[in-house]
Amino acid sequence: MGKMIANDKDIVVPGENLAEGMDFLPGFGTYRDGDNIVALMVGQLRISGRALKIVPLSGKYVPKKDDLVIGNVTDITFNGWLMDVNSAYHAMLPMKDATSDFITRGADLTKYFKIGDWVATQITNVTSQKLADATMKGPGLKKLTGGRIIYVSPSKVPRIIGRQGSMVSLLKNTTGCRIVVGQNGVVWVDGDPQKEQLAKDAIRLIEQEAHTQGLTEKIQAFLGGSK
Amino acid sequence: MTYTKRLDGREMDQCREMEAKAGVIGRADGSAMFRTGKTIAYAAVYGPRNLFPRFLQNPEKGILRVNYNMMPFSSKGERVRPGGSRRSKEIAFVTKNALLPALDLSEFPNSVVDVFIELPQTDAGTRCAGINAAAIALADAGIPMKDFVASVSVGKVDGTVVLDLTYDEEAYDGPVADIPIAMLTRSGEVTLLQMDGEVNKEDMKKILQLGQKGINDIHKLQVKVLKEKYQSGE
Amino acid sequence: MNKELKQHLILALDKQVRYDGRKDKLAYRDIKVKTGISVNAEGSAEVTLGKTRVYAGVKMAIEEPFPDKPDNGMLMVGAELLPLSNPNFESGPPGIWATEIARVVDRGIRESGLIDLPTLCLEPGKKVWAVLIDIVTINDEGNLLDAAALAVYAALQNTVFPKFDGETVEYGVKTDKKLPLNDKKPIAVTVYKVANHFFVDPNTDEEKAYDARLTVVTSDDNTICAMQKGGETPLTQKEVEDMVGIAMDKGKELRKLV
Repeated sequence: MGKMIANDKDIVVPGENLAEGMDFLPGFGTYRDGDNIVALMVGQLRISGRALKIVPLSGKYVPKKDDLVIGNVTDITFNGWLMDVNSAYHAMLPMKDATSDFITRGADLTKYFKIGDWVATQITNVTSQKLADATMKGPGLKKLTGGRIIYVSPSKVPRIIGRQGSMVSLLKNTTGCRIVVGQNGVVWVDGDPQKEQLAKDAIRLIEQEAHTQGLTEKIQAFLGGSK
Repeated sequence: MTYTKRLDGREMDQCREMEAKAGVIGRADGSAMFRTGKTIAYAAVYGPRNLFPRFLQNPEKGILRVNYNMMPFSSKGERVRPGGSRRSKEIAFVTKNALLPALDLSEFPNSVVDVFIELPQTDAGTRCAGINAAAIALADAGIPMKDFVASVSVGKVDGTVVLDLTYDEEAYDGPVADIPIAMLTRSGEVTLLQMDGEVNKEDMKKILQLGQKGINDIHKLQVKVLKEKYQSGE
Repeated sequence: MNKELKQHLILALDKQVRYDGRKDKLAYRDIKVKTGISVNAEGSAEVTLGKTRVYAGVKMAIEEPFPDKPDNGMLMVGAELLPLSNPNFESGPPGIWATEIARVVDRGIRESGLIDLPTLCLEPGKKVWAVLIDIVTINDEGNLLDAAALAVYAALQNTVFPKFDGETVEYGVKTDKKLPLNDKKPIAVTVYKVANHFFVDPNTDEEKAYDARLTVVTSDDNTICAMQKGGETPLTQKEVEDMVGIAMDKGKELRKLV
């Protein structure tokens, strides 16, 4: 029988021994080195039964299929738009996935999206070389006009969204702002300037307290207390 | 053997007083400060990010770039002219090789991880301090690392093997050898080894043992400051 | 920053809301000045404006004076925008923004006569003290220029001569002799304009959105000793006057910190 070295919810660092024994299973953010399960990155350890994984607490976004991300149009090519998605990798939005309009050859593509535009888009495919394709066809996918952009750590996005979107709903309902949270750590907020500020402060608090207990209650208290 | 008492009163196998902090530069994806005695190093990590020109890209995995620079006012002597020197180029190169074996960049093809090391104040051991700061910064940036890296210089001052030399010890009136070492902290493998001076084979064994001891002490501090940052939130 | 985002930022300013939470367009973020941050420099200082962090360091050297000023000490200001401090900064020779920072800071010091350069002459035409000032950026979250100017002034106040025996400078041995400075305390304040708003101490969002800026270096006796207009939009004469007024007022406030 092996033995656990680290505990559930511990903050662990790369190279740290987490468990000893062949009966443990290395999950995300860990690897096996001989008898040991070792941490591959900084994060919070999660143990379920014999399986270990790490919930990362930092790191850049790498495109994943089906992710909703917020992109910034950086270039227009023959057949679509190139978007910066706050990552080492661009996403390509092909014409056929950008609109249901029929676009004639040689049409002015800036009519749909121009350079500098922000869009809520979805990743449809990622190659092994991390070339990513995106689409505008789906619920909530749209051009984001006005508002402001806030950058957050992509690893904290799940907490900002909350279970079944509960956290972002709380933010929207309390502040009256329109909010879109991209998996790539880009958040778009649009509303009354003071309320936007409140939403931003709440988001920063979520980031800070991301791995602590009773997060929803803390945020409720924060938003309630500063109404 | 005439060097029996160290100039600053330390034990022969003792590092200088050390201090470190993770997350010191807001704009960076990961960052750290590492100080040993009067030598201070900052490291910032940006990436993985887009790499241009394209011919530098590796479709198999991400590449690591390291930049090492002494601030113009950092040195004990004259102003250091900005713009890099042969020395800073070489140090950047060996630093990259010291760090790279710990990293797993297979998830980031065609991209680059940039490490910038800056020294505002120096008193010998700058490449080691830079490596120590960079290792913390890389972990802070969330870069996957199979192992951790720590580095220290071991020296032989007038016949005595000592740990973590100061500038005054490097300039000691007598034969001095300076051997900066970096090791992977899990495996104990050596990823940086350089030397100025003369030592014999028996010394070398002792030098590596002493290096291992210093590296263990430094690694404890690196782990502590990383955990401190993430336990407290941001 | 695209047009719609900029318009949104202006709407927020209309309501006295800045994206970093400040409620006053003419308020600086929290300013901290710390001297002696690098022991090997003859003088050094760190300035933080919110999260923006800049170092300035002074090295002293003996050099041959410029032929046109044979009996004056020398002054050199350099600035490096370190790639460590901003993802968009690259390694290599200083770009135009670094050069502009160095030049504006240089003019403020030189034109206010802050350093008594003639007293730095040891042997006319042969040997003078050179004051070599370097600015480096640690973290850029806006307003590097004002931070740099303040850091340089604090570093100069902190500077002492190294030991010099007439032949060589013994670095590492500091004397207690301070650099000869007058009491003008030149302070740089950059006033920014976007739409019909004036503001100071921009954050990164505001720095992407501004139309024009005017850096004004003022000294303790209310004289202006250097100016630099930046940005692509012109300013009316009235706007210039208003901006100078703001810079003077804010200059008084900042002067209390050093």
